[in-house]
Amino acid sequence: MSDMSVTICGVTLKNPVIAASGTFGYGMEYNEFYPISRLGGVSCKGTTLKERLGNPPPRIAETCAGILNSVGLQNPGLDSFISTYLPWLKKQDTAVIANIAGSTVEEYCEIAERLSGTDVDIIELNISCPNVKQGGVSFGTSCESVAKVTSEVKKRSAKPVMVKLTPNVTDIGDIAKAAEDAGADALSLINTITGMRIDIKTRRPVLRNNTGGLSGPAVFPVAVRMVHEVYKRVNIPVVGMGGITKWEDAAEMMIAGASAVQVGTANFRDPFACIRIIEGLERFAASLGLKSIAELTGTVLEW
Amino acid sequence: MRYTQETGEILQKKEIAPGIYDITVNLPKIAKAASVGQFVNIYCGGFTLRRPISLCGFDQKLGTVRLVFEVRGEGTKCLAEYSAGDMLDVVGPLGHGFSMTDSAKKAVIVGGGIGTPPLLPVAEFYRQNAVVITGFRTASAAILQQDFAAAGAKTILCTDDGSAGYHGFTTQAFEEYLNEKGCDIIYTCGPRAMMKGVAKLALERGIDCQVSLEERMGCGVGACMCCVCATKGKKGMQYSRVCLNGPVFSASEVDWDV
Ligand SMILES: Cc1cc2nc3c(=O)[nH]c(=O)nc-3n(C[C@H](O)[C@H](O)[C@H](O)COP(=O)(O)OP(=O)(O)OC[C@H]3O[C@@H](n4cnc5c(N)ncnc54)[C@H](O)[C@@H]3O)c2cc1C
Ligand SMILES: Cc1cc2nc3c(=O)[nH]c(=O)nc-3n(C[C@H](O)[C@H](O)[C@H](O)COP(=O)(O)O)c2cc1C
Ligand code: FES
Repeated sequence: MSDMSVTICGVTLKNPVIAASGTFGYGMEYNEFYPISRLGGVSCKGTTLKERLGNPPPRIAETCAGILNSVGLQNPGLDSFISTYLPWLKKQDTAVIANIAGSTVEEYCEIAERLSGTDVDIIELNISCPNVKQGGVSFGTSCESVAKVTSEVKKRSAKPVMVKLTPNVTDIGDIAKAAEDAGADALSLINTITGMRIDIKTRRPVLRNNTGGLSGPAVFPVAVRMVHEVYKRVNIPVVGMGGITKWEDAAEMMIAGASAVQVGTANFRDPFACIRIIEGLERFAASLGLKSIAELTGTVLEW
Repeated sequence: MRYTQETGEILQKKEIAPGIYDITVNLPKIAKAASVGQFVNIYCGGFTLRRPISLCGFDQKLGTVRLVFEVRGEGTKCLAEYSAGDMLDVVGPLGHGFSMTDSAKKAVIVGGGIGTPPLLPVAEFYRQNAVVITGFRTASAAILQQDFAAAGAKTILCTDDGSAGYHGFTTQAFEEYLNEKGCDIIYTCGPRAMMKGVAKLALERGIDCQVSLEERMGCGVGACMCCVCATKGKKGMQYSRVCLNGPVFSASEVDWDV
């Protein structure tokens, strides 16, 4: 068998498959299907300084090969994350990625500082949530604000910082470079693409928030392109996500340039999606005779 | 492992009213773990999301689950195309169900349309102590009346157009029944406006009332926060997960005004 472990920003994951933020809670629910210790890591639900109510329902709409969501970062807040969820998750023998969101740079910094004293392995800076009015995606759409929030958080964080990028930008490569130059230890992408669905009978948007973020297989080719573009622009590890549903998608994402992958929406249809992807990658790596799965990263042979 | 993904054969399929199907599926693990008021999440070909359907019944000895669903859109249309002998991919049992402790209590069960199926096992628990008030658009859309009667419950059928039974809404029939006979406990599932009406009457009279809510779902297991409904928390309004904290809530917990 090939070595399935990968190392991103100094943290070794037992395999390259991470459950994506917001689709997997803190892992407790999916741990009722299989031991989540089988995962490379879990990226937790976006955590804010204070508890957040989130947006009114409906928060989800199905679309061709995907979904739109407008959850709006409902979460119990940093204190609960640290006291209730983190201790449990830390016992599950999988890497813990804390996904954080703030409405000001100072809030991001404060959360990162407080997490520095905990057992989280990596901080994922969510500057790409399209579903909140303040903060969120607004930090992720200009090079200046990406650089600012990244460098400020880096000053206050003792943990590796992975910056999660939004695809809702003109040039993802420039944004990625700005994050790297500001000190990011790794990048993850893509977050959801802003979208909308309307009920033609009532003429009401299906989502109570009117718009939401598109995820699932529909975004996969966009994600592959963006991961590849970013991979070529930066020298830090890239964690690829967006529509990965089967192991072939995960392999494709790695070949495009990802050092590890995250799987989100696919868990909804198949609660064992992550496990099937890990097992598929194991077989694939073995069939190619790879010493390490990491050998796949960035091996696309561009025309 | 609380949750199971199980693929089982459809043993029986009947169209019990136009566009409403009654299927029995061989799902021994899910049947074994099931309780009344829970639901399952069904995969139907080609969709990103599963479709939540309540348990209309389960037989732990036979290892079967009974589901009654109405064709509403693309997914349920696809589900209606499955036949006996086909295999169905199901996740369950999910959610928090009805609590039923004392079958000597006088129970009133109020169901509206396709909200009726999850109430059948409740009637089977209370038997002759249950009164089942169900409402449908019209006589041909009425379902499960014989099943409720077979459970020993008294049935009151209502139709919006008066084509059978009581001409009017279940909430009216329910109020008349309460005024005349009263009861100890109330269970309801159906359109939100109906449940809101039932809940209001129950709360006014201080009668314990359990409601089964619906919301669009993502994961179905409590991980994604997509399926929330407004409830009354310690610190005011909060959003609770229909798939985990529900689908059954106490009527007094629900914030009906939002
Ligand atoms: C806990 C629970 C139990 C249910 N039990 C039953 C049952 O026993 N029998 C039955 O016929 N129906 C039941 N429903 C409703 C059923 O899930 C929807 O009718 C069904 O999902 C519609 O899917 P569709 O693809 O046909 O419709 P579409 O409108 O094409 O679906 C689009 C999306 O919206 C979702 N959606 C649409 N309507 C609803 C709805 N009312 N509730 C939740 N999601 C919806 C779908 O799941 C899908 O993701 C239940 C719903 C919930 C939440
Ligand atoms: C319901 C839902 C909630 C999400 N919440 C978050 C979140 O809190 N923080 C975050 O960074 N990304 C969040 N995301 C985005 C995912 O982590 C991921 O970037 C995106 O869905 C693309 O991957 P997928 O197609 O595999 O789901 C959420 C996605 C969904 C579907
Ligand atoms: S559907 Fe995911 S939390 Fe309820």
